[in-house]
Amino acid sequence: MISFGKSEKVQQMQYVTQTVAENMMRPVSRHMDEQEGEIPWDYINFMHQAQASMGETRFLATEGDGEDEQKGPRESYQLMAHSIEMLSWGDAAIYLCTPRGGLGAAAVQAAGTREQKKKFLPMVMGKAPAFSAMAITEAGAGSDNSAIQCRAVLDEANHEWVLNGEKIFVTAGHKALVDTAGFVVIWATIDPSLGRAGIRSFVVEAGNPGIKVAKKEKKLGIRASDTVSLVLSDCRVPYANMLGDPKALEDKGREGFKGAMQTFNVTRPLVAASALGVARAALEEVKRLLVEGGLAPRSGLPRQKLTNVERELIDMERMLRSSWLLTLKAVWMSDNGMPNAQEAAMSKLHAGEVVTRITQKAVELLGPLGYSRVFLLEKWFRDAKINDIFEGTGQINRLIAARQLLGYSGKELR
Amino acid sequence: MYSFSPNPEQEKLIEVTRRYAQELRAAAHAADESGDLPRPLIEKGWDLGLLQTSVSEDYGGFGERSVVSSALALEELAWGDLSGALALLAPSLFALPMALAGSEEQKQAYLPGILGGAWQPFTAAFLEPVYDFDPLAMSAKAIKKGDGYMLQGAKTCVPFAADAPAMLVYAELDAQTQAFIVKAGQAGVTIGERQKTLGLNALPMYELQLDQVELDAGARLGGPDGHAFVPLLAAMRTGWAALGVGLARAAFEYSRDYAKEREVFGSKVAQKQSIAFMLAEIATEIEAIRLLNWEAAWQLDQGLAEDAANSAYLANSGMADMAMMVTDRAVQILGGHGYIREHPVELWMRNGRGMANLSSLAMI
Repeated sequence: MISFGKSEKVQQMQYVTQTVAENMMRPVSRHMDEQEGEIPWDYINFMHQAQASMGETRFLATEGDGEDEQKGPRESYQLMAHSIEMLSWGDAAIYLCTPRGGLGAAAVQAAGTREQKKKFLPMVMGKAPAFSAMAITEAGAGSDNSAIQCRAVLDEANHEWVLNGEKIFVTAGHKALVDTAGFVVIWATIDPSLGRAGIRSFVVEAGNPGIKVAKKEKKLGIRASDTVSLVLSDCRVPYANMLGDPKALEDKGREGFKGAMQTFNVTRPLVAASALGVARAALEEVKRLLVEGGLAPRSGLPRQKLTNVERELIDMERMLRSSWLLTLKAVWMSDNGMPNAQEAAMSKLHAGEVVTRITQKAVELLGPLGYSRVFLLEKWFRDAKINDIFEGTGQINRLIAARQLLGYSGKELR
Repeated sequence: MYSFSPNPEQEKLIEVTRRYAQELRAAAHAADESGDLPRPLIEKGWDLGLLQTSVSEDYGGFGERSVVSSALALEELAWGDLSGALALLAPSLFALPMALAGSEEQKQAYLPGILGGAWQPFTAAFLEPVYDFDPLAMSAKAIKKGDGYMLQGAKTCVPFAADAPAMLVYAELDAQTQAFIVKAGQAGVTIGERQKTLGLNALPMYELQLDQVELDAGARLGGPDGHAFVPLLAAMRTGWAALGVGLARAAFEYSRDYAKEREVFGSKVAQKQSIAFMLAEIATEIEAIRLLNWEAAWQLDQGLAEDAANSAYLANSGMADMAMMVTDRAVQILGGHGYIREHPVELWMRNGRGMANLSSLAMI
């Protein structure tokens, strides 16, 4: 039955996260942006404690250890989308510093076996805050991950994988490996001749002497969130740290890669949710400042009767709402175990474009005020752009959506 | 909780309506060229009972209004053919506002006859021949005169005006838009020649002149105190947006299938990123507007009038941009073939432009 009713759980989640966003994020937003590299520990510690005490309804972490005991309709990804949207409305960069969740945990949740979930998820849910990250991109391999050079070689005598290579653009990599005792999920190939089918993902825990943070990037936006390069040299991990069912992975078929890719069907709509939190912040702020400046925007009139500014605002509102519904549908599909590669890609490409357009327009509409660092609009303009880039650029997501729509393989539509 | 799947009943409705829409599609080209929709085809669509399902048994219907369900059905109809859909739905322009806002007397006088009989071209006069037509500030005026009312003004794009047994005429009364029941042959109403327009050639539409049209007290929809107009407007916009989504989906599917067939430089056109990306964007935007409109429809069903008015407005204006973009690209994807009238995409592009201009030709 088609329904747009918010459950009570969702409403509670929005209420709680809004309090966090208003009190712990917005007040330090400017400072954290300007002091690039400073870690927002107050937020991190608070969120760690808060999530630990919330039990089942955590902000970001996935539900339980993967054993499906929950009764009734599932909505954990919907809850995550709502909290991510609200926290990103507070500050998208600080949101990326939220402990317990993160892409690494999402990868374990999506591709890991029950045993792996039991082993790795508690690592980011202990007494002290800890982070998980995912490392895919390399200098020569971004969206085309069949070009991944990082190698995983099985040391049969010790029943260990030996990883060698370099990774770049790892979100929260420093926090996962250096600042806290977390883990990074590394994508590597077990056989370069297999291309994409040879890709597997491996959990590398903090403290492993074989992995080092080589560089912290300086970025256009999301500056409170660290983005690092990693070097793996003879990095040894137990055999069981390869995510997924070993039997299915051993045949060197495509299944291994598919498992890894399923992570994206879950995370892409969540990135879209984050994007739309920024977009909502910008739209609300531009409206507030316009009203303060003496312009009370009208709505509900034929376009021919509206001013240009009013038309822009209505377009922004429409883009934001429709994009949010695409996102909600994609996470709802995740919750219900429906295949959603197409919807996930569509939500991400749409939200990535919507947030860049809304934040760019918001800065433009306010003239010199929009450009000023007195307000956060210029920051959101910079923060927004990453959403059209990470977790697959807008173009890559178009490619994925198009393949799904056309029924084409990667070979048929390159 | 959120949910995005139609229930089994709605699935069935979609399936049955789609089957009929295929017949509309098959007749669309000839109807557009000749300006004539076969009446038996419309009458067959009447048997689907879409209007009847939206009206309670007390007035000759057999259901309960669900705007969400109707939006699903309208998408299918317009996927078949927009002119055909509007022809079939014309009686709703009269009967639905009456079911929603009419007085007991008005409902008893009209609804059982309309719902129980064969399809008849009841209709409504809503749009006006001005560039800045505003449903909330109409140029057509109604004033109180004695016990009754007098209408003055002009209307345009009124489907079936020449053959309608009765129609609703919308006009401004005391700064509020109100509907009035006007019967065929009413003094002061002049019906012009059949209009020629960019698209919708198969749908007969007329301009009306209202010159000192004197109506008795019972003509005002809802009785002496009239009716709320905003919920009716929201329903019109939601219905219109649902049609736009169906039209766009037709153009998307057709151009997608063409692109998968057509060879160029040793591969299919669809294998070129320039085309594939266009198709991905089209599909995404159609879905975005569809969901926006579903939300408006759901809000109407929940009685959230204020939210629904805003959502329906957003859905409707977003749909207008989307339908133009999609139908234009469909022609583009077919290239030269898209410009030839043997393919339906040029018709859809002409109809696509009208989605911004003729909003409110539907009622849901």
